[in-house]
Amino acid sequence: MGSPHPDGGSTLLVPETARPEVPGPTRRPTRAKERLADRLFRRLTAGSAAFILVILVAIAMFLLDRALPAIYQDSTSFFTTRTWLPDGTPPVFGIAALTYGTLVTSVLAVLMAVPVAVGVALSVTSYVPRRAAQVVGYLVDLLAAIPSVVYGLWGLIFLVPAIGPLSKWLADYFGWIPIFTSQGIFGKSIFTASVVLAIMILPIIAAISREVFTQAPQSQKEAAYALGATKWEMIRTAVLPYARSGLISATVLGFGRAMGETIAVALVLSANYEINIHVLAPGGNTIAANIANTYGDAGKVGQGALIASGLVLFVITLIVNFGARAIVARNKDFRVSAA
Amino acid sequence: MTTVQASTDSLLLSASKHPLPRRSSLGVAAATLVVSALLFVLTPLDGVADFLVFWAVAYVLAMTTVSVVVEGSRRARDRLASTLTAGALILALIPLVAVLGFTIARGLGRFDMTFFTHSMLSVADSDAGGGAYHAIVGTIEQVGIATLISVPLGLLVSIYLVEYARGRFGRVVSTFVDVMTGLPSIVAGLFVLALWVLILKQGYSGFAGSLALVILMVPVVVRTTEEMLRLVPDSLREASFALGIPRWRTIQAVILPTALPGITTGIMLAIARVSGETAPLLLTVFGSSAINFNPFSGPQEGLPLFVFNEAGLPNDTALARAWAGALTLIALVIVLNVVARLLVRRSKLQPI
Repeated sequence: MGSPHPDGGSTLLVPETARPEVPGPTRRPTRAKERLADRLFRRLTAGSAAFILVILVAIAMFLLDRALPAIYQDSTSFFTTRTWLPDGTPPVFGIAALTYGTLVTSVLAVLMAVPVAVGVALSVTSYVPRRAAQVVGYLVDLLAAIPSVVYGLWGLIFLVPAIGPLSKWLADYFGWIPIFTSQGIFGKSIFTASVVLAIMILPIIAAISREVFTQAPQSQKEAAYALGATKWEMIRTAVLPYARSGLISATVLGFGRAMGETIAVALVLSANYEINIHVLAPGGNTIAANIANTYGDAGKVGQGALIASGLVLFVITLIVNFGARAIVARNKDFRVSAA
Repeated sequence: MTTVQASTDSLLLSASKHPLPRRSSLGVAAATLVVSALLFVLTPLDGVADFLVFWAVAYVLAMTTVSVVVEGSRRARDRLASTLTAGALILALIPLVAVLGFTIARGLGRFDMTFFTHSMLSVADSDAGGGAYHAIVGTIEQVGIATLISVPLGLLVSIYLVEYARGRFGRVVSTFVDVMTGLPSIVAGLFVLALWVLILKQGYSGFAGSLALVILMVPVVVRTTEEMLRLVPDSLREASFALGIPRWRTIQAVILPTALPGITTGIMLAIARVSGETAPLLLTVFGSSAINFNPFSGPQEGLPLFVFNEAGLPNDTALARAWAGALTLIALVIVLNVVARLLVRRSKLQPI
């Protein structure tokens, strides 16, 4: 191919060694610079990762810093007292009633939410046709997107009056069980708060359960069908045993969520500081709701006392979340990535 | 051996019985409907909700009985399981419909121009006017600043976890991100209150609220970005390395663009999540009835805070404002969610 270019062939004739240097930066310095850039970028990302650790340690430290002086000023035992009068003279406050309310509302919420959530996850993964399942899954996710203050408002205006008949029915027919004993009908009860919490934690439990169910090995399901199993027998023998630890961790994560929920509970409960096993009776309070409700009027000791109660909530959720992780870690067949 | 024998027997037994025709469940539903209706007319039983519950229980009992008699217990159990899971699905969707329906019905009353153009300055609780303009301004600023901080931080952390982390430190960071995900939002608010407001004495401000929102937003951004980065095939990384492109350029020019639609979805879902957070704002932004454009000084209002405060007042006018605010919040969150889903549908990387 005769090149029209006058110099076309001449460069080729120049011996290898005599070829002029390629213009622009030489290779070696470029490489060194790039290695420096690489190192800087890696350090930047690692530094950001370390910053996450710093934030969490700082949360624990600064909460402690504010909480301890308040606890010292408490004239009674912080862990066993029910009263909450931190700005009185002398300050009297304790988290016994608050912790009790937090645990009871969350346990009830989990008891109500888990069966429904598992049912939803089962029907989405095994019963409903694929396209419809997508839509339903999306709708349940939407339930998770609704802000908690909206749930609180809805709970206060709609659920509190609407739950009356249900409370009455429970009290009439199951009143012989101590927890359902109630004098009269009350909307603003621990039970109502639990129902709101159950609705709020249902989507996350359903989402994780769904993920766990879809990861059950296809071969086992087909094997069950090949042995003549009905759909339910397939689920019971091939899906549920495989999903057990995933379901437990979904439950625990939902429990953690319920304990930290603030605004919805603050709006629905009429706060008092009693330990009351009758869940249909009025009153009850949780750590988070107490912070939201009393923060505006808190004085110096009061703020410290609220921070101390928040620290307790932090520690409890920490224990619960690590518990969930431990359960997942024991059975490493799947990863729980939703949260 | 014996168990195999036994299950074969039961299989033969159930195979000898004929399954119910497909429409039979409709027949049982109709029959139980008639019976429950008669009972509610003739006896003191009363109420729409009671009726529906009664009918549902009657249907399940009747259907199971018929199925046990005609089809045998194995098919009956299967039928019961599918009925109960379908029931769970309906039960889960009831609150969604109830919350959305109730909020729309109540919220439209004050969903007007005044609501979006006026603040609550010198508007009494019992006045009919007033609006959430100041709250909307506050929410946009607080969430905007939180996003500006959380997104770069979250991206860098997830890049570290996916592209660089080897060994112990990576696992520790991953665990801490999980812990942060489970952190109650009120605790994030308390932390910023203790550090920023009480110890550093910076006072309540929109920016303090943003800091609290950052703590809630970062783990969500990290987790979703991490998931998307892990979906980028290794062959793309290797192709880029083979061309002599350094790691940081590979991440910036190859990996991030590939994962971008998914990352954007994650960020929008994170924004949607923190936009509705009330508890941390209560402790850090404090709330105000006037417009405050400056997020760095003085209390501000936020939309969720506005709803919470108005909901706590005894006046119907305040309650109407609360519902309108709730409707605005829901609309915002749903729009963000829908756009995010549409984005992920266009992505080439699909989560499993």
